[in-house]
Amino acid sequence: MTPEQLYDILSKYAESQGIRLNRDRDLVMGIMAGLLTNEQRYGYRSCPCRLSWGDKEKDKDIACPCVYRDPDIKEYGSCYCELYVSVEWNEGRIPHRQVPERRPKDKRRTL
Amino acid sequence: MAKSQTKIRLFTLSTCSHCIRTKKFFKDAGIDVEFTDVDLLEGADREKAMDEVKKLNPECTFPTICIGDHVVVGFNEDRIREALEKK
Repeated sequence: MTPEQLYDILSKYAESQGIRLNRDRDLVMGIMAGLLTNEQRYGYRSCPCRLSWGDKEKDKDIACPCVYRDPDIKEYGSCYCELYVSVEWNEGRIPHRQVPERRPKDKRRTL
Repeated sequence: MAKSQTKIRLFTLSTCSHCIRTKKFFKDAGIDVEFTDVDLLEGADREKAMDEVKKLNPECTFPTICIGDHVVVGFNEDRIREALEKK
């Protein structure tokens, strides 16, 4: 799959969820490439902004879309990677804040 | 902006959007940095890099940006500029 094909799929998926992909196309295409790289490396689309364990079970919370996406969008308007965003965030109607890591520390790969 | 002799180190992931933006920020500003894509390392090299990340940023998130004595976590342009000014 190419980054462009993944973009088309995820763009439609986001709209079906009532959210959007970030309107910054360059940023999003970089994330598409990162997701595909991780899929090749690990066999699943692990979050490109987090260090993966390379173990599907241990990373089940950060397989994109991660389980933290919805609470992050609710609180900040975007997910941790700024891939999935709310309509308001995309239109600049709410401030763009740095999204802190919501993944519990004991689940993060630190080695 | 920082003087050219200021040592700036970035701990990044090759796949991470915030890390890519951070690298671009320094490149566009003409500031030399030394970066380590931790996800591309294995074994002892990975361990060594993560030990450094842990010391600088116990949260172990990326990018971890070290500007002289200042540490900035995440791509936060204001904080990066502030750290560059302080140096």
